[in-house]
Amino acid sequence: MSTLRGAVAIVGAADTVVGKVPQMGPTELWIDAALGALADAGIDKNEIDGLVTCDSMAEPYMYHAEAMAEYLQIFPDYCMGIGAGGGTAFAILHHAASAIATGMCKTVLISMADSLRTGLTRAQAQVMQSSTGHKQFEQPYGLPVPAYYALIARAHMDAYGTTAEQMAAVAVSCRAHATLNPAAQMRDPITVADVLESRPIADPLNLLDCSLVSDGGAAIVLTAAERADDFPHPPVYLLGAGEGHGHEHISQARSLTTSAAVESGRAAFAMAGLGPADIDVAGLYDCFTPVVLIELEDLGFCAKGEGGAFVEGGNITLGGALPVNTHGGLLSHCHPGNPGSMFHLTEVVSQLRGAAGARQVPDARFGLVHAQGGIMSSHCTLVLGTER
Amino acid sequence: MLKNLPVPTPLTAPYWEGCRAGELRIQYCQVCERHQFYPRSVCAECLGSVDWVAASGKGEVVSYTVVRLAVSEAYAEEVPYVVALIRLAEGPQLMSQVDCEIEQIATGRSVEVYFDVWSDEVTIPKFRLVS
Ligand SMILES: [Zn+2]
Repeated sequence: MSTLRGAVAIVGAADTVVGKVPQMGPTELWIDAALGALADAGIDKNEIDGLVTCDSMAEPYMYHAEAMAEYLQIFPDYCMGIGAGGGTAFAILHHAASAIATGMCKTVLISMADSLRTGLTRAQAQVMQSSTGHKQFEQPYGLPVPAYYALIARAHMDAYGTTAEQMAAVAVSCRAHATLNPAAQMRDPITVADVLESRPIADPLNLLDCSLVSDGGAAIVLTAAERADDFPHPPVYLLGAGEGHGHEHISQARSLTTSAAVESGRAAFAMAGLGPADIDVAGLYDCFTPVVLIELEDLGFCAKGEGGAFVEGGNITLGGALPVNTHGGLLSHCHPGNPGSMFHLTEVVSQLRGAAGARQVPDARFGLVHAQGGIMSSHCTLVLGTER
Repeated sequence: MLKNLPVPTPLTAPYWEGCRAGELRIQYCQVCERHQFYPRSVCAECLGSVDWVAASGKGEVVSYTVVRLAVSEAYAEEVPYVVALIRLAEGPQLMSQVDCEIEQIATGRSVEVYFDVWSDEVTIPKFRLVS
């Protein structure tokens, strides 16, 4: 097996309710997402022989994947927990696809959930806020998480003339999509002026440039492409996958304005034999608005430095050239921490199944999802399609 | 609630001792003729050995933010404060705070180190604008 292209398909996908979900803890959300994906795939838990998870912050386990397998009394041949921040979901899928392709297992359940909105103790929340950055050489300077990204935003403004209005346009577009999504946490429309007038957090970022804090979970079922026609829903094939890892600490970044999304995107497109112009719908990690501009540039959807003009022109909104985050994204749908990008994935699966309802991108055949973890540190890009 | 206090390791102790002595210490590789920060057990380029040297303490603002929402209560009374990425004259980049009127901070501004004494154990390097 020299390539993963077309080797595996997503045959089940499900989200839990998201937002404020105090009636369920992270483990219960995880189980709810997992059972939802199994039901969507029409399979029994005993058909799962691979399990991949990511630990919860609100309810951490020493060995999360083993604990979840035990909870559901499943006994997989392949079982692991992976942590790579926001990029975890797609890195997990990349590894799970490899496990299927090399015969380690046949059908993998990937489920992720957390309760950052209602499940954290005060002490946990403070530790989470303070634990970003280098312990000795960054954390003493007192940066909340948005401040790390503000350094990137400022550098992009200085280098390319990007404006606060252009960054705000990302939040406005995500919110416009969320108004069409009954599941989204924030559904009232907002304007660029609303973003600019929202509470300043870390210049140039205001509150509405920042993603939500949520409870929630999502899961998918991944299996070998040869078996993918035996499931109730049309399969969504993995056509390309790529990763790029540039740094861990922002003060050590090779560049503040160009990320390792260049490498991850190039690898994913090369495997797929496709390019940016082929993509009908995308899910781009949107923890803060400037991140989307850099991802659009580094993945090749527009030239370097033109991300601001690209989003200001309406290209990423439904009806535009590349609808992005049609579910509302981390900015308006939900952001329960590491599981956040799973919802970008389940949304693109819905789009490629033609099941996205009021948010459907007409004739969507090729989708792309991209996520990054850390502070623009570790990147993973997946290209998905309706045919092998 | 305390600030995020750095805990020196055997490797980084010379850096923090330097701060207490009023000297910004970074590492230098004689083979690569290159400075490095943060401190490492080897030169990250050639994997050879490195020596501690005193940096000039001069640098330039590469990017910055004005923090309006403190990371914790320990930093709340300092809001708003300027955090910047600074390119040292010797080459390496580091993060620090710049003590200035927030209207004055800008990318490209020249800065110079000073040392903020937090306790008998902890002294933190910060920067000021220079004209
Ligand atoms: Zn060297």
